[in-house]
Amino acid sequence: MKQEGKKKLWQEYQKEIATNNFFYVRSCVRQNFFPAAEQTFLRIMRESLGKTVRENPGHTTCTGIGYHCDVVPFNTTMTVIARQFALMTEAGLENLAVSCITSFGLYTEIIETWKHFPETEAKTREYLRKATGREFSIPTNLAHASDILYKLRHEVAARAVYPLVNQTTGKPLRVVEHIGCHYSKMFPHKGVGGAEYPYVLAGLVEALGGEIVDYPERRHCCGFGFRQYVVRANRGYSLSCSKKKFDSMEPYKPDLIITNCPGCPYFLDRWQYVISEMQGKTYGENGHGIPVFTYEELAGLVLGYDPWDIGLQTHQVSAEPLMIKMGVRFDPEKKYQGKNGVNMGRPKKPSHLRIDMDEIQQTPVTGYPIQMTI
Amino acid sequence: MNSIAIIGGGVAGLEAAAKLSKQGYAVTVIERSKCLGGRLTQWHALFPARKPAEPLLLRMISEIEGNVNVIMDAAVTGVEKDDDGFAITISNNRMITASALLLTTGFDIFDAGRKEEYGYGIYDNVITSVELEETFRSGRPLLTVKGNKPARIGFIHCVGSRDEKAGNPHCSKVCCVTAVKQAIEVKEMLPSSEVFLFYMDLRMFGRHFEELYKEAQFRYGIQFIRARLSEAFENPDGSLQIRIEDTLLAKPLKMSLDMMVLMVGIQPQKKPGNLTDMLGLARDTDGFLLQQDQYAAPFATQIPGLFFAGGITGPKTIEETLTEARAVSAEITNFLKHRENYASHEPYLMEL
Amino acid sequence: MISFGYKIQTDRQIDFDSNNRRIFEFVKAGEPSIDWCMSCGTCASACTAAITTEYSLRRLIILARRGEEEEILNSVHRCRFCGKCINACPRGVNTRNIIYLIQLAVNKIAKHEI
Repeated sequence: MKQEGKKKLWQEYQKEIATNNFFYVRSCVRQNFFPAAEQTFLRIMRESLGKTVRENPGHTTCTGIGYHCDVVPFNTTMTVIARQFALMTEAGLENLAVSCITSFGLYTEIIETWKHFPETEAKTREYLRKATGREFSIPTNLAHASDILYKLRHEVAARAVYPLVNQTTGKPLRVVEHIGCHYSKMFPHKGVGGAEYPYVLAGLVEALGGEIVDYPERRHCCGFGFRQYVVRANRGYSLSCSKKKFDSMEPYKPDLIITNCPGCPYFLDRWQYVISEMQGKTYGENGHGIPVFTYEELAGLVLGYDPWDIGLQTHQVSAEPLMIKMGVRFDPEKKYQGKNGVNMGRPKKPSHLRIDMDEIQQTPVTGYPIQMTI
Repeated sequence: MNSIAIIGGGVAGLEAAAKLSKQGYAVTVIERSKCLGGRLTQWHALFPARKPAEPLLLRMISEIEGNVNVIMDAAVTGVEKDDDGFAITISNNRMITASALLLTTGFDIFDAGRKEEYGYGIYDNVITSVELEETFRSGRPLLTVKGNKPARIGFIHCVGSRDEKAGNPHCSKVCCVTAVKQAIEVKEMLPSSEVFLFYMDLRMFGRHFEELYKEAQFRYGIQFIRARLSEAFENPDGSLQIRIEDTLLAKPLKMSLDMMVLMVGIQPQKKPGNLTDMLGLARDTDGFLLQQDQYAAPFATQIPGLFFAGGITGPKTIEETLTEARAVSAEITNFLKHRENYASHEPYLMEL
Repeated sequence: MISFGYKIQTDRQIDFDSNNRRIFEFVKAGEPSIDWCMSCGTCASACTAAITTEYSLRRLIILARRGEEEEILNSVHRCRFCGKCINACPRGVNTRNIIYLIQLAVNKIAKHEI
């Protein structure tokens, strides 16, 4: 493989990304299934990097899930998104930081629609005024939160406590990067690196010391899709898409998966459990599975935040084996204690997937004896 | 004394120069590269009979030797027109004057790197048809980057042609028969290899092309799969894994290849400094030069005395280019004779 | 094993590398004119069996070349050897012999001879 060929491609797909003064809009799925992830992003931006990020608790879903399930009409979606923009304008800001990939795709789509069909924009302004009395400006800069971390990756790397390196072997960790479909497949020029070889996560991983692993089904969708997924009987279709990816990446022995969409880690994490229960098959070493992270969780881990503050206890596939590889200091006893120290209870042990610390301790990680650090 | 300047020393330019100099005119050929022959210099053997290209090139050059003024390594920087004819400025501040001007600047080849999903310039064993032909010309063996004989070679048709996103919705005409020819040549070089052609259509339009296709199937066992390639991936050992839609079975298919040859298309010259834009000539909707009337005036522009022929109006075979060169020579001869008879120098225009 | 209410779907992609092309190799050895076939479909359009069944010689030859055996095993017996296909073929492929050899190959496979 000629890396210069890839670099040449990346040059063609560059985009403007703001570096400060953001208005942040959250993700439905990420908030529910990875509750600490967005807080980690805000902590990285505000505390570690000293940036200004504002929010408004009155902001809503962008209606992406509803829109892609055909239950929310287009006019409603446009008006709700206009309201999000209005809240940003009222906060005196012009840069929108978007947490969810589907939202990012939808915001981009709406702005493009308004550009090509100005009468839809005029109509939306009228709807919003009538419904809420608000006015809005279109953001000058629309960036996904992973774009922002990509742009600031060197500043993050400069503050890294645990780079993405296997402490026992000294080699960079092997990382599979999975980009959400709505990031660049629809509008390749709105994604860093384009649609074929996106660079937004690869750049971040490389800056943090990791090594990107390429595999045949890299471009394949994880199967989220929305409209078929809401019906339980159809989920086999989604599951099969993720399984195809796992089967394809397995020979390349990745240490972890990083994604930027909220739905993708949800699937890639949970489906490993489902596959293990349905077929007895696990991926990764010794039945540990391949841990799945979002970009903010991984950046937080690298910056030395407490893993339980990042929310890694909510992951189906345990992150502990990876944390041991990276040399991260953590207290396994605190895993199932909530923020106020109350015991949250332990999940039932899966039949094949090894998620508990005692099981992990029994099986070697990278063939070396376990060294617990407290 | 009537003189003619020809910009472009390729197949069309050389043949027209030979024919016009035989008519007794003073001909100057201006060629921007350091050698004559244009695209003919990139061919090893010509379809369908696989006649060697080099003897043809040598014959064409010998026809003009001593009869035609040839200026090589010269870029045209400007053209001015007055009542007598044309003043052409070329690099190093030289100037050529001529009563008639013939443009035979040809076409460009599609840059395969623009089809990012095929991995040209990124994966090791992806080459273009032009590079494959060059390998035949050089006499080098066909080997993978690691130095092994490829056991399975795939040819992908329509790379950058019939492709709106690539900016070339037209068909490049000659690539299908070139692929069949090159597949046969590869099979002769590597008899134990498996050769696959992945096509949308098989445009075997010319004389004996259909027979070449059947020969490729029967005598050489070359496999023709009607399919489109969506993406290629490089395995750690350097081989390629491709994902195609087998359209006749209506099913996706995946297979591995040791080497992939991209049949790159023909496109109009658009780079800065191209003659078409420099002279302000109109382009047709496909980007190639606009012909006044494809039947009555295929070689004339609005500007009296300015003619064109060959690849500048679109993809064509060497045979067709030679025919056009001979035809435009007759047109230029008529123009110059007509001009001599008319003292008022009335412009020579066909009734359209 | 827990049942979640859905199944893992099987891959329908043709896996060319793993497929076994024994049927095609057997037929080609007995009837080399199979290589003249250009999948034009004139045979299938003339075919008697194609009117009422899924049978298509055009498709069968392509499936044999890909090594997709299942569909061949399920449909090749439908041919009645009426001869309309060999009449129709513009390239003079001996279609009847090809069908006969495919059926022979299928039998041999059942008896584990190839």
